[in-house]
Amino acid sequence: MERKQTAAFQGTDQQEKELLAAIEELKIEKGCLMPIMQRAQDIYGYLPMEVQKIIADRLGIPMEKVYGVATFYSQFNLYPKGKYQISVCLGTACYVKGSGDIYNKLMEKLGIKGGECTADGKFSLDACRCVGACGLAPVMMINDEVYGRLTVDELDGILEKYQ
Amino acid sequence: MYRSHVLVCGGTGCTSSGSAQIAEKLKSEIRRQGLEKEVAVVKTGCHGLCALGPIMIVYPEAVFYSMVKPEDIPEIVEEHLLKGRVVERLVYQETVGSDGIKSLKDTDFYRNQHRIALRNCGVINPEDIDEYIGTRGYEALGKVLTEMTPDQVIQTVLDSGLRGRGGAGFPTGMKWKFASGNRGNVQKYVCCNADEGDPGAFMDRSVLEGDPHVVLEAMAIAGYAIGASQGYIYVRAEYPIAVERLKIAIGQAREYGLLGKDIFGSGFDFDIDLRLGAGAFVCGEETALMTSIEGNRGEPRPRPPFPAVKGLFESPTILNNVETYANIPQIILNGAEWFASMGTEKSKGTKVFALGGKINNTGLVEIPMGTTLRTVIEEIGGIPNGKKFKAAQTGGPSGGCIPAEHMDIPIDYDNLLSIGSMMGSGGLIVMDEDNCMVDIAKFFLEFTVDESCGKCTPCRIGTKRMYEILDKITKGQGTLEDLDKLEELAYYIKDNALCGLGQTAPNPVLSTLRYFREEYIAHVVDKKCPAGVCKSLLTYKIDPEKCKGCTLCARNCPAGAITGSVKEVHSIDPAKCVKCGACMEKCRFNAIYKD
Repeated sequence: MERKQTAAFQGTDQQEKELLAAIEELKIEKGCLMPIMQRAQDIYGYLPMEVQKIIADRLGIPMEKVYGVATFYSQFNLYPKGKYQISVCLGTACYVKGSGDIYNKLMEKLGIKGGECTADGKFSLDACRCVGACGLAPVMMINDEVYGRLTVDELDGILEKYQ
Repeated sequence: MYRSHVLVCGGTGCTSSGSAQIAEKLKSEIRRQGLEKEVAVVKTGCHGLCALGPIMIVYPEAVFYSMVKPEDIPEIVEEHLLKGRVVERLVYQETVGSDGIKSLKDTDFYRNQHRIALRNCGVINPEDIDEYIGTRGYEALGKVLTEMTPDQVIQTVLDSGLRGRGGAGFPTGMKWKFASGNRGNVQKYVCCNADEGDPGAFMDRSVLEGDPHVVLEAMAIAGYAIGASQGYIYVRAEYPIAVERLKIAIGQAREYGLLGKDIFGSGFDFDIDLRLGAGAFVCGEETALMTSIEGNRGEPRPRPPFPAVKGLFESPTILNNVETYANIPQIILNGAEWFASMGTEKSKGTKVFALGGKINNTGLVEIPMGTTLRTVIEEIGGIPNGKKFKAAQTGGPSGGCIPAEHMDIPIDYDNLLSIGSMMGSGGLIVMDEDNCMVDIAKFFLEFTVDESCGKCTPCRIGTKRMYEILDKITKGQGTLEDLDKLEELAYYIKDNALCGLGQTAPNPVLSTLRYFREEYIAHVVDKKCPAGVCKSLLTYKIDPEKCKGCTLCARNCPAGAITGSVKEVHSIDPAKCVKCGACMEKCRFNAIYKD
């Protein structure tokens, strides 16, 4: 497996306390693993091995099971994301309106590939499948901000806002 | 009592184009004019015309303002709400007739529609249960619990002819009947598939955002019919607004005693919990979805046993999609005959389509089954810039491309299957002459390769090999033999994959091969991409008539492939050109073209 460049795990005691409380609260429910992992990702921003291990230990299930779920779903991140997470919609409606060009241009401008993060930890870039704003295609999101009816020429101006 | 209501769309489309700021600005302007006791601002769900967002409608006169900007608000409030003069400049131009403003219902976009599933979307405030109850909400649940037996409920759904709106079109009543045995003695579950993964389809999201209670009510009705006391809604985490409104709706329904113990004093208990997806397309497949709710990797299971026998947590389970549920309360209230009177012989009622791609009115439309594709695309949608319609893609990664020659076919489940596509969840993406069909087929295969869960070999390896062949073709390295190989592989995967995702994955390739074979041939034999999309097959050229010798292109070429001196015609060296298109972007005289 290709290993990506990443920062060392820096979880705080406070975060761990929150995680343990979440596990206690949710573990009585049937099929609780995914809700717990989703809560853990909210707390830490991603799911490093250290966090997966806490979950496995507390639930008394093998680490392999937690890792298996974490790597199956695209929303679980094993690596930290940038301060500004850019996701370009490559759903069909956006694709036929040229979101592929937007995605390629961003890779070129940021000097990273999809799924990677810039060295200063500022931007990470991902392709996503349909945010459901097809009426505004092509669309990209930076954190929770949606940019619709995009053209390649607008990218510089948008990125500048986050510098 | 308010004299005027201003409805502001709070769907994802309009929220993305800034409707939240519009609503805030409206409220503050209304306060400034001292109208807060006379005019109410209501945040609704999606109206369907996402292309024109943000949208707002002023009632009782039903004036439709489109593409509203915050700076327009003071004028609208002062002129329209205070003085009663419509600001014609900002009204949706389709509604401005020679003899005044006409009703929204008379515009091209809405005239051919018939809204059942989207009945309340854009009409009520989805965060207020009383508004839902005010439009006969929860009346159907009351009716089944107090006047009907569970078997009568199932018979009504069967008689209505309702078929699953999520893709395969299985009769809903039949599904319920299979799960109805042994009521009261075993734990059963009612699930809602809100994992709308088909890129380009967003009707389920709109129902959840615009009318969440309809799904809760229908699930409770289904629970009564099959004898289940617990429901789960599996919703995409990518839909934060829908998740939020569902949470609010479930809380309010519990508070009103419409979910929980002893509903309507009938002794029937039913409750609903939410489960969030985490971004896996395969989880839209029913067995994979249940495996995911159980907290596992969302891999499908072989059927039989069918979920009606052994589903979620090994118990009998029914799973229906959001749009299917949205029809149920109306069927109960108006009767099976009413529903069955709409549509074609084997496909009853209406279907919601998400129009996208190269079309003017992108958005959501609900039309009676049997409406022709031509009506949807030409009358409701409209092709922009006088471009030529090439194909409509339906059914997402499981569907196919429908060429112009089939435009007059009435849309229903069976007709779409017979022409090599499928209904799917209702995404309808329009493509014009600038879209390359081989590239589109490759796009969908790339999607399936990415989303294949890896459990069965035909899908995991087969789709990858198909993708590689398509990639070869778009790079101009394909042979005629490859086309045969592609077809052979496609049929093999169709016959042997484990779940619906794999079995339908080759459809985009098969349908484009069927209707656009000449385009494949052009790539393979002539090494040309007629639509001008596949980069490897293009050469950038400079038109000597138009080139002014400004040197801008040469200075911007990253590969140093352009030569020429000032005020002389430039030329591109095809051997050095990397086909990035930078020169064409920069040229101010449109002198550079793709051949």
